[in-house]
Amino acid sequence: MTKVTSLADLKKMKEVLDAERAKYTKHLHVCGGTGCHAAQSIGLDANLKEILADKGLNQEVQVTMTGCFGFCEKGPIVKVVHDNTFYTEVTPKDARDIVDEHIVKGSKINRLLYTDPVTNEQVSDSQQMGFYKKQHRIALRNCGAINPENIEDSIINDGYLALGKVLTQLDAQQTIDIIKKSGLRGRGGGGFPTGLKWDITSKVTADQKYVVCNADEGDPGAFMDRAILEGDPHSVIEAMAICGYSIGASIGLVYIRAEYPLAITRLKMAINQARELGLLGKNILGKGFDFDIELRYGAGAFVCGEETALIHSMEGLRGEPTFKPPFPSVSGYLGKPTNVNNVETFANIPVIINNGAEWFASIGTEKSKGTKVFALAGKINNVGLIEVPMGITLREIIFEIGGGIKDGKKFKAVQTGGPSGGCLTEKHLDTPIDYDNLVEVGSMMGSGGMIVLDEDDCMVSVAKFYLDFIVEESCGKCTPCRIGNKRLYEILEKITQGKGTMEDMERLKNLSSVIKDTSLCGLGQTSPNPVLSTIQNFKEEYLEHIIDKKCRSGQCKALLHYDIEAELCVGCTACKRCCPVNAITGDKKQPHVINQDICIKCGACEEKCAFDAISIKLEKKIHTEHGND
Amino acid sequence: MISKIISEEKTNIIEEVNLASKKEAGDTIQKLDKTATMYTYASTEKGNVKVKLKLSDEKIKKIQEICQLFNNEAGELINVLHQTQHALGYLPAEVQEVIAHSLNVSTAHVYGVVTFYSYFTMIPKGRFPISICTGTACYVRGAEKVLEEFKRQLGIVVGETSADGKFSLSCLRCVGACGLAPVVLVGEKVYGRVSPDGVKAIIEAYKDK
Repeated sequence: MTKVTSLADLKKMKEVLDAERAKYTKHLHVCGGTGCHAAQSIGLDANLKEILADKGLNQEVQVTMTGCFGFCEKGPIVKVVHDNTFYTEVTPKDARDIVDEHIVKGSKINRLLYTDPVTNEQVSDSQQMGFYKKQHRIALRNCGAINPENIEDSIINDGYLALGKVLTQLDAQQTIDIIKKSGLRGRGGGGFPTGLKWDITSKVTADQKYVVCNADEGDPGAFMDRAILEGDPHSVIEAMAICGYSIGASIGLVYIRAEYPLAITRLKMAINQARELGLLGKNILGKGFDFDIELRYGAGAFVCGEETALIHSMEGLRGEPTFKPPFPSVSGYLGKPTNVNNVETFANIPVIINNGAEWFASIGTEKSKGTKVFALAGKINNVGLIEVPMGITLREIIFEIGGGIKDGKKFKAVQTGGPSGGCLTEKHLDTPIDYDNLVEVGSMMGSGGMIVLDEDDCMVSVAKFYLDFIVEESCGKCTPCRIGNKRLYEILEKITQGKGTMEDMERLKNLSSVIKDTSLCGLGQTSPNPVLSTIQNFKEEYLEHIIDKKCRSGQCKALLHYDIEAELCVGCTACKRCCPVNAITGDKKQPHVINQDICIKCGACEEKCAFDAISIKLEKKIHTEHGND
Repeated sequence: MISKIISEEKTNIIEEVNLASKKEAGDTIQKLDKTATMYTYASTEKGNVKVKLKLSDEKIKKIQEICQLFNNEAGELINVLHQTQHALGYLPAEVQEVIAHSLNVSTAHVYGVVTFYSYFTMIPKGRFPISICTGTACYVRGAEKVLEEFKRQLGIVVGETSADGKFSLSCLRCVGACGLAPVVLVGEKVYGRVSPDGVKAIIEAYKDK
């Protein structure tokens, strides 16, 4: 590849590539995200290419393996670009029909079209699908539209033009002012104004500064950073270079999870291609600006999403946070000024530079501008990655984009903000989502995980699940987080065992407020949120566990028991034979009985019973004279 | 004979032994040095023992090469650990000692970092490491029941390796395939929408390999 040495060169290259692209009359996009990879999209891509080559159509039809389309529930996805047809759950075997029927004959394949779960109608145009209708894709603009492994595809889609504009037309302060004016706030969770962060770092004088991209996505259930790095790595590289130019840094570092092999491969590939073209390295676009990017690997520590912890981890130390100030902007990696931004934040930068601050600021709410990517998961019909304008309501997200609750069940709660967020309920469904509103109702934006829960989920167990995560991930440096969260977990465990008392409710609240007030870093300061928000919104469930010893959703095993209906039992002994602990007694052809003291509630007998005589009862069986424990 | 190396926390030491003549994964086991600060904990047919592995010269050389690749810089410790684990499969105490020596830091420092990050392991993984995603999306779609079934079928708990060295069990948080929840990984292969009933078939697929 010849180097691109000026902005004119880059534009020329784009023109040539555009002309080459125009030779193809038809384009097929195949999703190559992690979810679809797992569902054999590689074989599908290969089959399509092979069949097209066989038919001599490979000069007319281009097959591109793209990043994530976001609609992971129905993957693998194939998009026929010229007529915007969206095929779902496509298998490698379907490749032949797509070529023979659609490409050659021009007729759509009905069985691969998406059926709207509400109207039951088939929809072929992705723009008309509920899942995409209300989305506004800025950070994800190229995910599902370009081949992330080829820099040329990125350049065709305006890649590196923003960097060119910044280097040729703007000085550092002007660039920072655009970002400030756009109102962009950190997408990693904190929501700190990005322009202001850049401004602070740019004003510190030092012989070396660093740009760090936080790609240590640790929230269980959030995968937007991975999708961006896998689907559009060049926009992150370009944005880091723009940031480097603005704050005066020549080195960029991406701190990425080692658990994301595909994202690492594609990012490395993208960095090498950018270097080959001269878009990274010395004297970029002939403007005397030097910038290069290195990777640093995370090793599975949630706390490393906190910027001071992340920096220590990059230095080869335990990823423990330190007190701020000094902020990383002043003293960060190796003691030098360091600007840390999240992947999604960076992905917004090139578009803001190209389209202007006013354009970006026109989207969203007064204090939260632009869009936010959410990972929609849990008990919802359309699991996937969505990008919506700030200010959209939860109702729109869950019932229009998400297609409602799975299996026609009833919506119960939505957990936003990851382990440190909160559970929101029915009454919050119409709250416009932005940074400040979410905090007001006791949750937070976090990195954008959104887990939908239905009537079968026990809220006390959900709180316990998150606390379990926090206990495991607490770095142990400060006492409130290390010991306090462990105690919170134990109290919740006690309640789910049916051993809770009313004093435990007070204890949970007091302990939570102490942990919030006295923890060192953001992890500890937000860790009691799941407990507090579930107590606030689902107090009656806690009380049921404590007073009635009952778990309405049947999730807390200690609070239910299996019972044999004497009238239905024919005494076939099937249950007795399969019980692993010999808790069932009874003679042949006589009704059997479960000894509740021995039963471990494995459910094996219920499965074995052919007469539906065994069922779960939703309360703790009081079976001894000593009361109910 | 040592059947597997186990974690320190789960060890109830029955004896400290000298198994100098026995071989384990190419490493000889040294006479226990009473002054050593770190040991490897292993289970034998007699029960759990505390031993000292003597790494083969070849392995020591390999570790030193990796350290050299990063100029023996202490700041590169995490990168060194990643590469070493990739090469050797795990990071037992004795390996950490070699790294500490090469990077000129204390073994305690290396141990502190190794045990801080969940990605690093001091126990060898099975040939087919099984990881169950216990991220929130998988959790609400029943990952816990799937995990219980794996534990039951393999007879090991999370963090252990089966006696034949074939399978190891671990939990991980979100592989980003939430649309396929609950998700199970065997090596790098992803199994989606796994139910407890499907566990047996997954294990069977690797039984004869």
